[in-house]
Amino acid sequence: MTKKTKQPTLDFKTDWAYAPALEDTKHINLKKQYDLFIDGKFVKPNSKKHFATYNPATEEKIAEIAEANEKDVDKAVKAARKAFDKWSKISAKERGKYIYRIARLIQERAREFAVIETMDGGKPIRESRDIDIPLAANHFFYYAGWADKLEYAFPDRTPKSLGVAGQIIPWNFPLLMAAWKIAPALATGNTVVLKPAETTSLTALKLADLIQDSGLPDGVVNIITGAGHTGAAIVNHPDINKIAFTGSTDVGKMIQKAIAGTDKKLTLELGGKAANIIFDDAPLDQAVEGIVNGIFFNQGHVCCAGSRLFVQENVADIVIRKLKDRMETLVVGNPMDKNTDIGAINSKEQLLKINNYLKIGKAEGADIYQSSCGIPSKGYFCKPTLFLNASQSHRVVQEEIFGPVLTIQTFRTIEEVIEKANNIPYGLSAGVWTDKGSKIFNLTSKLRAGVVWANTYNKFDPTSPFGGYKESGFGREGGLHGLMPYVRL
Amino acid sequence: MSAPIILPDFRNTPTIDQVGVEERAARFTTRSIKKSSKLQGLSMALNMIDLTTLEGKDTEGKVKQMCYKAAHLHDVIPGLPTVAAVCVYPSMVKIAKDALKGTNVKVASVATAFPSGQSSHEVKITDTKFAVANGADEIDMVISRGEFLSGNYNFVFDEIASIKEACGKARLKVIFETGELSTLDNVRRASEIAMYAGADFIKTSTGKISPAATMPVTLVMLEAIRDYYYKTGRMVGMKPAGGISTAKSALHYLVMLRETLGGAWLSNEWFRFGASSLANDVLMQIAKETTGVYQSIDYFSKD
Repeated sequence: MTKKTKQPTLDFKTDWAYAPALEDTKHINLKKQYDLFIDGKFVKPNSKKHFATYNPATEEKIAEIAEANEKDVDKAVKAARKAFDKWSKISAKERGKYIYRIARLIQERAREFAVIETMDGGKPIRESRDIDIPLAANHFFYYAGWADKLEYAFPDRTPKSLGVAGQIIPWNFPLLMAAWKIAPALATGNTVVLKPAETTSLTALKLADLIQDSGLPDGVVNIITGAGHTGAAIVNHPDINKIAFTGSTDVGKMIQKAIAGTDKKLTLELGGKAANIIFDDAPLDQAVEGIVNGIFFNQGHVCCAGSRLFVQENVADIVIRKLKDRMETLVVGNPMDKNTDIGAINSKEQLLKINNYLKIGKAEGADIYQSSCGIPSKGYFCKPTLFLNASQSHRVVQEEIFGPVLTIQTFRTIEEVIEKANNIPYGLSAGVWTDKGSKIFNLTSKLRAGVVWANTYNKFDPTSPFGGYKESGFGREGGLHGLMPYVRL
Repeated sequence: MSAPIILPDFRNTPTIDQVGVEERAARFTTRSIKKSSKLQGLSMALNMIDLTTLEGKDTEGKVKQMCYKAAHLHDVIPGLPTVAAVCVYPSMVKIAKDALKGTNVKVASVATAFPSGQSSHEVKITDTKFAVANGADEIDMVISRGEFLSGNYNFVFDEIASIKEACGKARLKVIFETGELSTLDNVRRASEIAMYAGADFIKTSTGKISPAATMPVTLVMLEAIRDYYYKTGRMVGMKPAGGISTAKSALHYLVMLRETLGGAWLSNEWFRFGASSLANDVLMQIAKETTGVYQSIDYFSKD
């Protein structure tokens, strides 16, 4: 018989549990120690130092990574400079062929890249397999196509390559960010010195392997590893023409200060605290899915994450109820399990930062809610978390947490939500959920955000430009606009 | 007693975003169901099947053979469940009922001028009562799609309510023929009308129209059931029918069910597959899981 209770509830604890479905990891090929990839070869670092990289889900050491110092950076820049002469002069069609070859090789080795990405960074294998790696290949495919069509991208102009690009990328989408940076730079005839983040260098180093196999001329792409010190050496190197940085707003500001007075070009893709706005006429079940994709994708380690939820007050109760039920079905745990939805937090440092924000939110008086799932005792994990009844004045609403933590605020009118959505130093992305097309267009023109998704969230495509307003940075990556930062017109 | 249920305005049912639904439905198919959970899921799927024959050429012989299969799916493997029910035309109900005596397999009968529903109210009521009088445990009615599409929601509602009354103790499944409803918004609206009119189950298709059951359509209906349950506390069952012929897709449906409505719906009291060829594919997979090797299709009886 049907249960008769005051508030009917759904129970997602069933006898039918999903048995572990672990991705096979035996096929991957990793060295114990990685050196720097300079001028087409792996070379020992001048610093003579290596540091360990860990699996955040098990806290086990995976490999050792070289630490590049100023001398190593100088060596890499010199190699890139030397290669630039040839690379910028070969026919654009040939350049395109090399980039296509890289794209195809990524597809061929997709499984290995996916496993290593998950091992080194903690993201669920489902995401690295279905999103990160295919998208990375797509970026190379897309920009390979532009290589011999630049004059059509910039009609009546003569686009010229800049020279050597220093590129510094974050730990949240390691291979994908490398693709975002390298592909347009190569298509426009520049050479590259790229530094991956210190906690997630492995797929970039595997990419170095792949680039070696692709036959790309030596020195066109150099991949060097290290932490902030190495990054600073790239930024400050006098013979670099262009800096592209994706990472925190604090570091972005330091970079901008450091290159002031030089003629280095700069693009910054920094933090975000996006508003995801649900109107009462929205398709609510799909909107709930969009909330989940917005904040729990990649453990919330996404600069464009929909971390501030705005729900129209007359549907707030039902949306939150549906969201809580949906959270019960999220599988949190071993990222290598194909059924895992939320994997490991990227590093201990990041987990401490997130946990600190959980404390702050509670102290500020927002109501914390976490799903009832358990988390593994080893490794860095955080339950999907909501802060209900949050307000603009809360720090958890104002500051980027970069974790699976969503703040929920209600609103009454469209003017109110626009004001609140824009009332933040960031402006990278936003989401709008409504059945009404006119409302979407009204909001897209008023929201100060580089990307506005309508009735979807966290959708990426190489053909679409991506970048921010205000403290989220400047310059665009992806699409035709993504060529602009790498050419002189 | 529970509070009286307030009828919503069926012109203003919640909107559905097709792209979002398709994406969510696809996500369920990425769940990896292996080993013990696969075997458990397959056994559950088997037990949820409404083994169906709905053809002009149906005979006593055909129905009897199918009924035997329904109760003895694959006796080589001990401990297998039976299917949930057989689904036949009203004229075959008595034959099926006799053939299934002493088993747990129920007899479901289509009714109301199946599959088009293009007949008079009286004929539909008589059709239903005839099936029930012959022993049908469940009635699978079709809605009047023409009336629905011309906006006569009251007509559709009243018709379902009166068939429900004619059913007596038999459980009522309401078929929308979603392949004729054109939009997911319409699927959602039909779901609400049927549930508020008293449906015990909502069902996608007759099997006579393509497309029949799809995961996105089923998801929209499951979400409607969820919202109705939130509001009223009454559980309504779901029956996707037509087009589900592989064990793998059956597992995808069960994953979708589990993650949309939870554990309470994971039994044949609340979920059915309307299918004629699904059972053997599930049996093949079960045999593979138990013996470790795939067997030829000729080891599985076709009735």
